[in-house]
Amino acid sequence: MTDTATALLTIEDLNVWRGEAHILHGVSFDVPRGQVTALLGRNGVGKTTTLLALMGLLPGSGSASMSGQELVNGETHLNSRLGIGYVPEDREVFSTLTVSENLRLAERPGAEHRYGLVYELFPDLAIRPDQEAGTLSGGQQQMLALARALLNPNELLLVDEPTKGLAPIIIEGVVEALVKATSETTVLLVEQNLTVAGDLATAAVVLDQGSVVYTGGMQALAGDRALTGRYLGVEVR
Amino acid sequence: MSSLILNASTALGLAGLYFLLASGLSLIFGLMNVLNLAHGAFFAIGGYAAWWVMDTLEIVSSLGLRFVIAVAVAALAGLVVGALVERGLVAKLYGKHLEQILLTIGLSYVFVALLGGWFTYDPRLMTQPAWFGTTTEIFGANIPNNRLLVLAVAVVALVGLLVFLNRTRHGLIIRAGVENAPMVRALGIDVGRSFTIVFALGGLLAGVGGGLAAVYFNGVSPSLGTAQLIFAFIVVVIGGLGSVPGTAVAAVLVAFTQVFANNYLATGLGSISVVVLLALVLLVRPQGLLGRAGT
Repeated sequence: MTDTATALLTIEDLNVWRGEAHILHGVSFDVPRGQVTALLGRNGVGKTTTLLALMGLLPGSGSASMSGQELVNGETHLNSRLGIGYVPEDREVFSTLTVSENLRLAERPGAEHRYGLVYELFPDLAIRPDQEAGTLSGGQQQMLALARALLNPNELLLVDEPTKGLAPIIIEGVVEALVKATSETTVLLVEQNLTVAGDLATAAVVLDQGSVVYTGGMQALAGDRALTGRYLGVEVR
Repeated sequence: MSSLILNASTALGLAGLYFLLASGLSLIFGLMNVLNLAHGAFFAIGGYAAWWVMDTLEIVSSLGLRFVIAVAVAALAGLVVGALVERGLVAKLYGKHLEQILLTIGLSYVFVALLGGWFTYDPRLMTQPAWFGTTTEIFGANIPNNRLLVLAVAVVALVGLLVFLNRTRHGLIIRAGVENAPMVRALGIDVGRSFTIVFALGGLLAGVGGGLAAVYFNGVSPSLGTAQLIFAFIVVVIGGLGSVPGTAVAAVLVAFTQVFANNYLATGLGSISVVVLLALVLLVRPQGLLGRAGT
């Protein structure tokens, strides 16, 4: 159905349990190279679980292969070194470390460290290198989490709800930075905010109760009121 | 006044020992969530290593130089045992708390039995440089030099540990890992290596502590570590899990409480007072003095 020749990441029959709960029921989809793919769905349908399984942070069965490398049940640090930048749902910046220490920690040995790029995208970070990350605002923490993932030239970015809990004015800045940052990189973006997803993504995958219910274009999805109403519970203006 | 200073010096010496034992425990728990009940054994092994060097290395006639070698050997013994225990045993059990506790309790008994079988259970007196047994006059009080020695080494260890944690990449990884080890992994870093480093480092510090304890208590016995471990745990909890400065502050607090309660309230009240101190800290600041809430 989908053209696997241009897919950077191919997920097939991914099943994940968290304790007793069967969260993902045979999820399969492709993430096309060089594009932003939005992973959508209501709360608790398994979007974050998908990213955690791709990072090797949750065990699962099935397959997720990036350029021929298997990610499911991989060791997290090895998955990361394949060229995956991960921006977790709650930012998870190291709050007791300074901004510059957070970035230094993210430096992958042997890779180019693009401080010029991240400071250009997030000038807020450049002016407070010695501030403890725990004392940053929510928006600044999100910038730091993104900067950590953008510091190394990654093949794939897994970005989990970058606008969650941020004020609208801050969201604009984050989206603007994301647009610039993701213009060349392949991204799998989890996002509750359909407007933001529409601004960033070209492809979309919708999950419902741990299964894929839609794959296709982001525009087509946003235009389908019945679909967005049923699976996302939102009206698109 | 001079008895006050004397007691303070005794407390500071004891604080030094507590810090050397507790700092490794705190980092191990903070980073790996492992309650290392075998940590006292690292302390005792350091004590015996130092005692053994002092007892047998007669080729080095200067006792001062021999003691430097003894502490170095104690440090090395602690480091090697710490690294082997982590690589060989604990590494298989990350995330399995009950198994870890059973393993490390078992190890602590095994090491005590090994030391007892090897060196007998009788206390062994420590050969020491004469200077350790004499006193230095400070503010009119005659302070035993061995107290000053323990304190000085503990301060050097504290500074060294802080420099390591704050100025090196390994230190950076360890500090981040204490806060959120999975996220460190997600940045492409093999935290497992840091686990071994922290265990080895904890073993090294405990080994040095054991070597100094042999001086402080004027000898070693197989239960050297087990006796101190419970106080070290209290120090860790009061200081805040994973916080090295917190451990240092708590070591001083616990040692002063213990020594001063014993000397000014009633002999024997020292240990109970420490438990009261622990209860008070837990009531007011459950995360410990310099610990982070919610971890």
